[in-house]
Amino acid sequence: MAYVRRYLPHLVLAIGAFVMLLPFYWMFLTSIRSPGEIFDVSLWPIPKDFSAGENFSRAASQVPMARFMLNGVIVCLGILIVQVLTAVPAAYALAKLRFPGRRLLMTLVIAALCVPIQALALPLFVGLAMTELLNTYFAMMAPFFLSVFAIFLFHQSFRSYPNEIIEAARMDGFSEMEICWRLVLRGSLPSLAAFSVFSLVAHWNDLYWPMIVVSDTNLAPPPLGMLYFADVESGANYGALMAGATIITAPMLVCFLLVRRHFIAGITMTGVK
Amino acid sequence: MTPQSVELRGIGKSFGTENVLKGIDLSVRPGEFLSLVGMSGCGKSTLLRMIAGLEAPDRGTVSIGGSDVTDMDPSERNLAMVFQSYALYPHMNVRQNIATPLRMRRLPLSARLPLIGGLFAPSQTLREIDAAVEQAAETLHIPHLLDRKPAQLSGGQRQRVALARALVRSPAAFLMDEPLSNLDAKLRAHMREELASLHRRLGATFIYVTHDQIEAMTMSDRIALMSEGRIEQLGTPDELYRSPATLTVARFIGTPSINLLPVEIDAQGKVAAFGQDLGLQAAAAHAGPATLGIRSEDLRPAAEGLAVRVLRAETHGADRFVSCQLLADETVRITLRQAAGETLETGADGLTHLAFAPERAHLFGADGARRELSVRERVAA
Amino acid sequence: MTATDFPAETTMATASSRSRTDRRMALRGLAFVAPAALLLIAIYILPMIVLAAFSVTDYQLGALSIRFVGLQNFTAAMDDDVFMRAFANTVLYAVIVIPFGVFLALGVALLVYNRKRSRAFWEVAYFLPVTATLVAMATVWQFLLHPSIGPVNAAIKWFGFEPVAFLSNPVLLIPTMAMIGIWQVLGFNMVLFLAGLTAIPKDLYEAARLDGARNPIDRFFTVTWPILGPTTMFVVVTTSISAFKVFETVAVLTKGRFGSETLLFNLYLEGFEYSNTGYAAALTLIFLAIVLILSIWQTVHMDRKVHY
Repeated sequence: MAYVRRYLPHLVLAIGAFVMLLPFYWMFLTSIRSPGEIFDVSLWPIPKDFSAGENFSRAASQVPMARFMLNGVIVCLGILIVQVLTAVPAAYALAKLRFPGRRLLMTLVIAALCVPIQALALPLFVGLAMTELLNTYFAMMAPFFLSVFAIFLFHQSFRSYPNEIIEAARMDGFSEMEICWRLVLRGSLPSLAAFSVFSLVAHWNDLYWPMIVVSDTNLAPPPLGMLYFADVESGANYGALMAGATIITAPMLVCFLLVRRHFIAGITMTGVK
Repeated sequence: MTPQSVELRGIGKSFGTENVLKGIDLSVRPGEFLSLVGMSGCGKSTLLRMIAGLEAPDRGTVSIGGSDVTDMDPSERNLAMVFQSYALYPHMNVRQNIATPLRMRRLPLSARLPLIGGLFAPSQTLREIDAAVEQAAETLHIPHLLDRKPAQLSGGQRQRVALARALVRSPAAFLMDEPLSNLDAKLRAHMREELASLHRRLGATFIYVTHDQIEAMTMSDRIALMSEGRIEQLGTPDELYRSPATLTVARFIGTPSINLLPVEIDAQGKVAAFGQDLGLQAAAAHAGPATLGIRSEDLRPAAEGLAVRVLRAETHGADRFVSCQLLADETVRITLRQAAGETLETGADGLTHLAFAPERAHLFGADGARRELSVRERVAA
Repeated sequence: MTATDFPAETTMATASSRSRTDRRMALRGLAFVAPAALLLIAIYILPMIVLAAFSVTDYQLGALSIRFVGLQNFTAAMDDDVFMRAFANTVLYAVIVIPFGVFLALGVALLVYNRKRSRAFWEVAYFLPVTATLVAMATVWQFLLHPSIGPVNAAIKWFGFEPVAFLSNPVLLIPTMAMIGIWQVLGFNMVLFLAGLTAIPKDLYEAARLDGARNPIDRFFTVTWPILGPTTMFVVVTTSISAFKVFETVAVLTKGRFGSETLLFNLYLEGFEYSNTGYAAALTLIFLAIVLILSIWQTVHMDRKVHY
C-alpha cells in the first residue's frame, strides 16, 4: 500500500507525459521509417528499413524547406531587432523621464495590450494592399515592429533602476542614449532575454498573419510552408511530411531543451505581468 | 485539557553529514514555561519542530503526557504552535483563522468542504465553535478585529490572532517559534509581559524558542540553553545567571556580556592573571590556562586590583556602563556597571584599578567546563 | 566669495537652470518615445479607426464604389448561419478547453511540485508542446488520429472498440480540436500554477497540519486552493482568450469543412479570401469585443491580485 502511494504520482505523471510526448515521438519515428512501414502502428523505435535520408531529402526537394527556414529567421530577427530598438528608449523615457503626454502614452500602451493582432489584421492588410507591399518581408514584419508588451515589460523593469545612478551618470557626462542602452538596459538583461524568447517563439510559430499577406511560396515562413507542404503531399507520403514537421519544430525544441529556464520564463512571462 | 508533560529521549538528527542534534534528553513539566535558547543554528528550532511532528528525528523518542508520539502526525498530537511569521491564512478573516483548529477537529470532512460544506455542518457544533472563538478573542483583547483580514492588521495584532488561534482549543502544550522577533522593541517588551501573564492564567505547558536571552530570562520557569546540537545547561534563569555550567552559557546569558579574563592555574591551584595573584583557589588537578568570568555588577573601583584604562562611559537610564581596557593585555575589554549618579575617579591617563567580588567569580577550564573555586588569602606578588 | 553668500547663489542658479533642465528632459523624453508613438499610431490607432469605419460600409477590397450601410453588417452577422455556427463552435471549443486545460494543469502541477529529483524532467515533458509549432504538430495529430493508419485508432481497435472517425465525423471535429488545444495549453498553465504553488509559504501548510488538517484534501482546501485563487483566475482568463483565438488547428485539420469554422477562421475567410472587407470589419469588432471583455476582466483581477 505504502509502495503504491509512493509511486502512484509517478505513474499518473508518466501516463500523462506519454500522451504529451506521443506526437513528438510519432513524428520523429515516421520521419525515419520507410514508406512501406506506414501501416505499421507499433511504437517500436527501430525501423526495419531506415529511410531518414530519403524522407528528409524528399521534404527538402518537394518544397523549398531551406528557404522557409531562412524566411523564418529573417522575419523573426527583423521583428525582434526593431521591437527592441523602439521599445527600449520608449520604456526608458516612460520610466525615468518627465515629458508632456507621458501619462497618455502609458494609458495607450496598456490599452493596446488588450488588442490582439487578429483584430488589426484587416485594416493593416488593406493598407499594405493599397501600397502594393503585399508579398514582401516588410509586410510580414511591419505590424510587429511595435511591441506594446515589450514597452510594458521594460517599463516595469526599468522603474526599479536607481535614479541616483542615472543622475551620477549624467554628471559624469554620459549621454542619455548611453544611459538608456549601456546602464539601464544592462540592469534588465533577464527581461531582455525573456522577451527575446517570447518574441522569437511567437513569430516563428505564427501562421495567421503570414497566411494573409504572403502568397509567394518563396517568402513563406515555416508554418505557412508546412501548410503548403501538407497540401502538396495531401497524405500520400507521411514519411516526408513528418520529416518536414521535424525540421520545422526542431529549432524551437532544441533551443528549449538547451536553455530550459529562460524558455519557460520567456513564454510564461505574460503570466506574471 | 490539563497541561501535559513533554519528554524527549535521545533525540538525534543529521542533515546530510551535519549533526544538528546530538542526543537531546529533556523533560518539560506539565504547566511549565520552558525556553529553548541559543545562537541561530544551534538546533533549537529543529527540536521544536520535532516536538510538533513537522520533522522526524533520526533517533530517539518524543512523548507527550506519557505516551509515545514519535510516529504520530502533527494533526494528532493536539499541540498548538505560534510561528515566527504567524502563518495566518491570508484569505480568511480573523474569526475564520481562529476557528480553523476547531473546525478541523470537530466537523466531519463533508462539512469542511468549500461551498457545499455548510449543508452538512451540525449547527450546535458551529455555535460552540463561535463561542470558543469569541472567548479566545476576548482573552487576547481582539474582539474588534474579528472581521478583518490578516493583511489589514499590524504586526502586533497578527501576533495576537496567532496566539488566539493557538489557545482556542486548549492544547496539550503551546509551542512558540521566535514569536516576538518580528515586532519592534517596545511592543516586544509589552508582549513579553503579556505572554508571561497569559501563561500564568492558562497554567498550560509552554515551550518557547528564542535567540534572545532577555526573552528567555524574563518569561521562563526554566531555560534550556543549546549550543551545537546539545543542551549546555538546563535550569532556572537565576541558576543560569548565577552559576553558568559552561563558558558558553556564561557568555550567552546577561547584558552586558560577562567580563572574561585569561588566567593561569598553577600547580598548587592558585589562580593568577598576568602574574598577579587573584586570591582564588582552584583544584590543583586543573592546573593550566583557564578563563575567569566576572559580571559587570561585581566589579567596583578600588585603590588596587586590575589596572585598566577607561575608554568610555554610557548611561542607560538607571545604569551606567564603563568600558575599560586591561593594561596588561589591551585586547581584553572589561565593562563595569555603576548606578547612574556614580562616578569613576581616574588618574591622568584615564588609568584606574578595579576590584571584584571573589566569591561571585566563575572559573572555566580550557574545555569550557565550570571549575570549582574558593576564596583564600591573597599572596602579595 | 564669502561662505555666507555661497548658498544663496547656488539656489538661484538651480532655480534658473531647473526650468531649462526640465525643458531639455521633456525634449529628450519626446525624442525617445517618438518612434514608438508613431508606430502606435500607425499600427494601432489608425487601423482601429479604419476598422470602425469599414464596419459601417459595404466596402469590398478592390471595389470602386463604397456605400454607408449603418449597422447592417452587424445585423447581417446575426442572420448569417455560418457566422453563428462559427460562434457556437468557438464557444463549444472554449467550454471544453477551459475546464480541462485548467484543472488538468492544476493536477499535474500539484503532482510535479512535490517531486524533487524528477521535477525538471516532468516540466520538460509537459511543456514541450507549448514551444512546438502548432501547424506542424496539428499535421502530426492528423496522422495520429487517422482512421486506418493512425496508432490511436489502432489502439482503440486493439481494445475491441469501433474505430473513431475523429476528423471526418462532423460531431467530433470541434471536440477533437479542443483535445489538441488542451494538449498544447496544458504545459503553459502547469508552469503558471507551479509559480503560484512556489509562492505559498511553507508555514501555512505546517500551521494547517498542527490545526488538525490531517488529510491532503483538508490541506488543499484550507491552504492551496484559496491561496491559488488569483492564479487560477488568471489561468482561466488567459486560457479563454487563447481558446477564442483558435485558428491553426482549423487551418490544418479541416479548413472549415463540415461546418467546423471557428470565429477567427470565419473572419479570415470573409476578410481575406472573399474580400468582404466591410462585413469582415463588423465581425472583427464582435471578435474584439469578446477578447476585450476577457482582457478587461483579467486586468481588473490583476489589480486586485494582492487582495489579501
